[in-house]
Amino acid sequence: MTEQTETRSHTPLMILAWLWVGLPFAYGVYELLLKLSQLFSG
Amino acid sequence: MPDDGQKLISPTSGGFLSRSRTIAPPTWSRWLVPPAALSVHLSIGQAYSWSVFKPPLEKALDLSGTQSALPFQLGIVMLGLSAAFGGPLVERNGPRWAMFVSMVCFASGFLISALGVATSQYWLVVLGYGFVGGIGLGIGYISPVSTLMKWFPDRPGMATGIAIMGFGGGALIASPWSTQMLGSFGATTGGIAGAFLVHGLVYAVFMTLGVLLVRVPADGWLPKGFDPAKSAAKALVTTANVSARNAIRTPQFWFLWVVLCFNVTAGIGILEKAAPMIQDFFAHTATPISVSAAAGFVALLSLANMTGRIVWSSTSDLIGRKNMYRVYLGVGAVLYLVISLWGDSHTVVFILCALGILSFYGGGFATVPAYLKDLFGTFQVGAIHGRLLTAWSVAGVLGPLIVNAIADSQEAAGKTGPDLYTTSLYIMIGLLVVGFLSNELIRPVKDKYHEPQLATVGGPEAMATPQGGS
Repeated sequence: MTEQTETRSHTPLMILAWLWVGLPFAYGVYELLLKLSQLFSG
Repeated sequence: MPDDGQKLISPTSGGFLSRSRTIAPPTWSRWLVPPAALSVHLSIGQAYSWSVFKPPLEKALDLSGTQSALPFQLGIVMLGLSAAFGGPLVERNGPRWAMFVSMVCFASGFLISALGVATSQYWLVVLGYGFVGGIGLGIGYISPVSTLMKWFPDRPGMATGIAIMGFGGGALIASPWSTQMLGSFGATTGGIAGAFLVHGLVYAVFMTLGVLLVRVPADGWLPKGFDPAKSAAKALVTTANVSARNAIRTPQFWFLWVVLCFNVTAGIGILEKAAPMIQDFFAHTATPISVSAAAGFVALLSLANMTGRIVWSSTSDLIGRKNMYRVYLGVGAVLYLVISLWGDSHTVVFILCALGILSFYGGGFATVPAYLKDLFGTFQVGAIHGRLLTAWSVAGVLGPLIVNAIADSQEAAGKTGPDLYTTSLYIMIGLLVVGFLSNELIRPVKDKYHEPQLATVGGPEAMATPQGGS
């Protein structure tokens, strides 16, 4: 198996794994940015 | 300690959780390991958003503020204790076992707490979230550390920086999520119990990804193009290994303990009183800070804390760990000095300095596992890291104590504004200077503490393989 096919065989798992942790993290950062805007509007 | 070394390099046979079942096949990509670590750290980082549950619990169960803080305080104590004493078990049984134990304890903690609130037995909340959940925090915190550094020997700072950034990110997720859930379920005993139940179940599912996904590299595996000899040529970086038991006998461990303790104390000094501090600094100026703007400032500090974890920790891979701590402690002291001398001159000066200090605070946490790996090798670095985290526990008491006690005494003496904090700012500068000097005293560990070469990963038999996707 070449390195390229090895990488390709893991791609769906890689996407799923990073989305699994990335989406909640993005939600947390989004909520943080909403709070952050108070510094400039308050 | 050759016996311990032998055990570690000879994976024991066993069930699904055993180390032998987690050895990665040759096709495994190392970039699947950070999400495994993040699924644990993003979950256990929830601990720092415990304050969301405090007011509803106080109202529903008629508790004082001190009582409602107990589950969190016990949780942090248990984090320190289980990380310090559970480290060797984590090293022996492997990351999957550790992540599973962490998941079971952390989720059970919520479920026991749900039962406690539903039956109005508050002691069950303390036992569940604080004691049982706290064990999950400690074991979970150290669970991916040595595994990540074995997969990323070329970028250990970046690898552990990702995981430890996750711990900071956990509260960012949990705080709004828990608030919204309490809003929907209601702040009654039934509502809080329901929220705890959902938290326990969701975190169990979320952490399962880590349990299923985590893998350790096969013995002798190295990323493509990585030459350990080249890396060891850098000052302070060793290819030898030191056991956890021997590590605490070395002066290097205790110098680093002081470095971490004082760096964290200095960061907590700002974090603890961030909102009142910025309001007090500018109370008598033309640009006073409102309550909502102060809340925005706290959010900005959280962002700096989190960003510092990944940015500075990755930078340490380029400039070396000792230099990175010179920046944290040296530049940190200068930033504190600027705040104490000119902090009230302009909000921008105050905010920029506070951001720098908080980014160094986060960076200090995230870089320390790689510093330990440089000094003591990867052999039992997770266990050594667990023991070093006692510095965090001490700093967690020291930082707030200094800032609060001094601010209270200055207020009692009739002082206002920035004067409330001047003394504590100078104390923080002093602590950072002591930490800086302690970092300067760190030298390579003497040979007498090293394990026999048998336990060395990346020894002469080590070979580069194409796996790892680097």
